[in-house]
Amino acid sequence: MLLEVEGLSAGYGALAVLRGIDLSVEPGEVVAVLGANGAGKTTLNRVLSGLLRPTAGRVRFAGEDITGADPAAIVARGLIHVPEGRRIFPDLSVRETLELGSYRRARNRRASNLERVFTLFPRLRERARQAGGTLSGGEQQMLAIGRGLMAEPLLLILDEPSLGLSPLLVEEMFALIATLRAAGPAILIVEQNVVQSLLAATRGYVLENGTMALAGDAAALLDDPDLRKTYLGL
Amino acid sequence: MAWDLLLPAVLDGLTNGAVYALVALGLTLIYGVLHIINFAHGSLLMLALYAAYFLYSLLGISPYAALPILMPAFFALGYGVQRWIVAPASHGREQNVLMITLGLAIVLDNLALYAFTSTTRSIDLPLAGESIDFGVAVIGVPKLIACAGALLLAGALWLMLARTDLGRAIRAVAREPEGARLVGIRVERIYAITFGIGTACVAASACLLLPSFYVTPQVGYAFVLIAFTTVVLGGMGSLPGALLAGLLLGVIEAVSGLYLGESLGQLGIYAVFILILLFRPTGLFGARAA
Ligand SMILES: Nc1ncnc2c1ncn2[C@@H]1O[C@H](COP(=O)(O)OP(=O)(O)O)[C@@H](O)[C@H]1O
Ligand SMILES: [Mg+2]
Repeated sequence: MLLEVEGLSAGYGALAVLRGIDLSVEPGEVVAVLGANGAGKTTLNRVLSGLLRPTAGRVRFAGEDITGADPAAIVARGLIHVPEGRRIFPDLSVRETLELGSYRRARNRRASNLERVFTLFPRLRERARQAGGTLSGGEQQMLAIGRGLMAEPLLLILDEPSLGLSPLLVEEMFALIATLRAAGPAILIVEQNVVQSLLAATRGYVLENGTMALAGDAAALLDDPDLRKTYLGL
Repeated sequence: MAWDLLLPAVLDGLTNGAVYALVALGLTLIYGVLHIINFAHGSLLMLALYAAYFLYSLLGISPYAALPILMPAFFALGYGVQRWIVAPASHGREQNVLMITLGLAIVLDNLALYAFTSTTRSIDLPLAGESIDFGVAVIGVPKLIACAGALLLAGALWLMLARTDLGRAIRAVAREPEGARLVGIRVERIYAITFGIGTACVAASACLLLPSFYVTPQVGYAFVLIAFTTVVLGGMGSLPGALLAGLLLGVIEAVSGLYLGESLGQLGIYAVFILILLFRPTGLFGARAA
């Protein structure tokens, strides 16, 4: 097991958002986490990457307990979170941003990984000297993912990678996820595109009222009558 | 006014301005990255001037030789001040930080007054009286060294920020701390390092200044006012802006001193300051409003 989450609770002050989450990811898997707006998907990602401390529960990653560890230590172990909203460094160039992706991990393979990312995203190579803040939304999303790949992730968390992208770019994004999957890291994807993310995933979870209301194989979830009714209006 | 008076004043102003710029670089770096205004900046300069003074008068170490000692020492001091005083006491609130750095300034100034009295002290380096004749102007050697040293350090700071991982991490944290955390940058550490670098700039300025200047417990005020003007003129948080603004203010001070008398030279600085705030409030390089 690559990631193992047990009884995880977290929130903001008095607001309890997550109330006893169980979740697991195997090496090489693509796992989708679905849930309504405000269900706590981003909160879950923030706890996994150490930005937010859990109030209860345990997180194990690659055989080690990382509950409450700081983000730098979690990055060092290979759990990389590509955040909602991208969080691009506005005045660093594309190249500098990608290089900083290997600040904590895989630094001695920086040059070869940079070449790999540029091959995956030729667009970023064209814009290598441009400041991140001046890129389009789609390019910023590529940059955020590229920055994550520079650290050679064992688990890549993608929080709403298609948010704010045009339909065409959303298609490209899901094609990219298929490419990434072939390349190695396990992926935890949080999306509002329920059908597409379940099609890309091996398994899925549905977050509701702070707990996992549904879990199972992606194909089974796609056929689940409750899920179809709630998220697809069918 | 004749050129043979104006040109020497401009050159003299440039040499002063380079040191103003170095003091302001520390201040603007701290502002740009931590988004706090360090009111203790002048007091730290005063402290560094005393350190350089006593290293010379007690141990005979010239301020130039003291520079490589005092820069790391003040880096450590600044690092500690941020890590163990400013950060824990601020709880992330800007008005708290304001009060803390202001309080720190008051404490340092009064401790200095108590320990060193208000006596004005200066040192007499053997080379202090020497000067170089450039034909159009004669400029004292200490001022030339100060100017060259300040420009070199500004260049080194720029190279560090542009070319090293640490520099990139500092620039990343300045605008996007959460994104920085997600690549494994320890943001609190970068804050402390940045405060340390800003304080090291102050120590370097002190070592370069002392041979042609003096020290009293109040000496920081004069510089901190000029430094604030420099930072605002250059655009809050802009390093090239601070460098140019520092040089410009040095020249303005020297030239207006020529017309108004030396004691009123700083009047020119504040006139420019007010004009800038009226017509270009984001400063010369202030692309983004503070
Ligand atoms: N920084 C915060 N402070 C307080 N409440 C927050 C914060 N971030 C999110 N929340 C609240 O936590 C809940 C879950 O938010 P989030 O995890 O962002 O949901 P999702 O990503 O599923 O849309 C929401 O009710 C939201 O208002
Ligand atoms: Mg979200």
